[in-house]
Amino acid sequence: MELSGADILVRSLKDEGVEYLFGYPGGSVLHIYDALYQQDDVKHILVRHEQAATHAADGYARSTGKAGVVLVTSGPGATNAVTGIATAYMDSIPMVVITGQVPSAVIGSDAFQEVDAVGITRPCVKHNFLVKDVTKLAETIKKAFYVATTGRPGPVVVDVPKDITDPAIKVPYHYPDKVTMRSYQPTVKGHSGQIKRAVELLLSAKKPVIYSGGGVVLGNASDELRTFVRHLGYPITSTLMGLGAYPASDKQNIGMLGMHGTYEANMAMHDCDVLIAIGARFDDRVTGKIAEFCPDAQIIHIDIDPSSISKNITVDIPIVGDVGGVLQEMNHLLTTGKKQTQKKDIEAWWKVINGWRSQQCLSYDKSSDKIKPQAAVELVHELTNGDAYVTSDVGQHQMWAAQYYGFEKPNRWINSGGLGTMGFGLPAAMGVQLAYPEETVVCITGEGSIQMCIQELSTCLQYGLPIKIIALNNRYLGMVRQWQEFFYKERYSHSYMESLPDFVKLTESYGHVGIRIEDPADLRAGLEKAFALKDRLVFVDIVTDQTENVYPMIAAGMAHNEMHMSPHAKLPQDPERELS
Amino acid sequence: MRHIISILIENEAGALSRVVGLFSARAYNIESLTVAPTEDPSLSRITIVAIGTDRIIEQITKQLNKLVDVVKLLDLSEGPHIEREMVLVKVKAATMAQREDIKRLADIFRGHIIDVTTSTYTIELTGSGKKVDSFIEALAEHKILETVRSGVSGIARGDKILHV
Repeated sequence: MELSGADILVRSLKDEGVEYLFGYPGGSVLHIYDALYQQDDVKHILVRHEQAATHAADGYARSTGKAGVVLVTSGPGATNAVTGIATAYMDSIPMVVITGQVPSAVIGSDAFQEVDAVGITRPCVKHNFLVKDVTKLAETIKKAFYVATTGRPGPVVVDVPKDITDPAIKVPYHYPDKVTMRSYQPTVKGHSGQIKRAVELLLSAKKPVIYSGGGVVLGNASDELRTFVRHLGYPITSTLMGLGAYPASDKQNIGMLGMHGTYEANMAMHDCDVLIAIGARFDDRVTGKIAEFCPDAQIIHIDIDPSSISKNITVDIPIVGDVGGVLQEMNHLLTTGKKQTQKKDIEAWWKVINGWRSQQCLSYDKSSDKIKPQAAVELVHELTNGDAYVTSDVGQHQMWAAQYYGFEKPNRWINSGGLGTMGFGLPAAMGVQLAYPEETVVCITGEGSIQMCIQELSTCLQYGLPIKIIALNNRYLGMVRQWQEFFYKERYSHSYMESLPDFVKLTESYGHVGIRIEDPADLRAGLEKAFALKDRLVFVDIVTDQTENVYPMIAAGMAHNEMHMSPHAKLPQDPERELS
Repeated sequence: MRHIISILIENEAGALSRVVGLFSARAYNIESLTVAPTEDPSLSRITIVAIGTDRIIEQITKQLNKLVDVVKLLDLSEGPHIEREMVLVKVKAATMAQREDIKRLADIFRGHIIDVTTSTYTIELTGSGKKVDSFIEALAEHKILETVRSGVSGIARGDKILHV
């Protein structure tokens, strides 16, 4: 079969099993768009800005585990996509981004809409390719998917000059079933000796903590994690990226850790004697002050990426491999081995932890005459039975969503953790809703973030995406305002949003439903109304308490046991007293 | 510590920039870098001299290994190895005394004078980075007009080889 480059590209996507292609046309990709027009297998979703194409593909990938696919044109198409590519890179999200390029003959001549896409994206992709020969196009697409989805996943860019897709040049088409690359062979199986040592150390622990991260979600290892945690009976804390891998409501779950983690999780980290990090990378928002991170602990670290091991924190037992496989092997050793956990010590450890827990660090003022953002998130949880796909933008609302939604399942919490990209939430929700048309998809956002990709309301109308946008509108760039309150003596430099649009009217002009809620008494009815409109996009503009802060908070560079607590948390109790 | 890291990398456009970009993006120090194709034209060999604590060198080698184009990597400093660097030095050699002294120094260091004018000598010298440093130091009392160093190339001693 002889096909043109444009047809080969589209056909390769079909043969790869690609369902959706998120894109925006332009000069350099017109041949490809013509090929798309003549087929129905790969569905193209026309966004309103290339950044949104990458975030939508990212949301699709995070919720399904499959690679998200993007098609943009050269020049500004490629540069607009960079933020989304970097977002995916920081959170290890599999994505294939096809960028058009000016014809090979004029590359380097500063041609119209020319940019060195391979050069610009190099630091924020797992790998990238410039296609120089149409006979290598299908193989290159296969390699792109292979690299993006294996090992530690990540985005891959394929830059395709316009002449490569010339409809007049036809070459034989063959899409390979698999490719091998001598320079790319990710380690997937953990070292058995190391796994044995780790299990022995775990069983000897008196004050253990399990610290689980986004790698468990990416590695589809939630079931193995649950078996592991329940078998040991140890406390588990999760990073922002790992939420949902272990159910939030389980009593062994001590909540999120790090900058806005729970009191009990951070205190347990600080005091633990054995720490096992599973698919987590010791990010600075998690570790706080490196010198005082888990000062008394021996550390086990499971990660598929060798360069994550001992990057920020030196570990005692590294295990490089796929978390699911490693946990399976550990579970096998735990169930077949004779050695038991240190039951008495573990009981005592739980007493200490429960003492910390009794401070109820996530308490907030429930009698306020203003709408508390935490209450809004809790109500969203209740009305969606805790079973929605929740995307978020970046800032206070993101932390409240993480703290108060309570995720029970993996792949349900979709947020930009590493790069912290405002504008992520709405387009990401589009990708999720397309993947799961029957499920409830909620975008928890703020009035600042939502305006960074608000044009996508138009895309949502075109494809009938009934997303529920919950905007916690405090008329402030809230997280900036919080830092300015704490660390800049309340000098609120450019964190106040004057001249906000009327979000209800704005939403209506895009053809959707807008609801504004200002009184706590109307919160339930308003949200119920929004969720009852099953087939409509509803923008719920919730006017919240302007000065509410995210608690607890560890200031950047401080240790885990140095937290700002909510004024509504209970007074510290002496854990020793509880022991006696 | 100074480490000599040897890399076999796919001989493809942009491969070198991935390596160089990694060093600048992660703020690693690079002292010298040499690159050329090997006997297998699909592969290039890069030799990097990097300076850092053990921890940083470990990260450098891991991050380099993570690059999809990198096929194999060896930290030569971990075992017995040979390092060589070539330098071309153009020195002012106008008087008889200068010319004699420079010739003598070149002989002592086993360098060769490869270009002569009425006022200059150009010397070629090969050796370890340290030897090259010493030679340039020895020339201090003369007027050095130009030095061109190749950067270090290295190879493991004995049977150990870096190959695909």
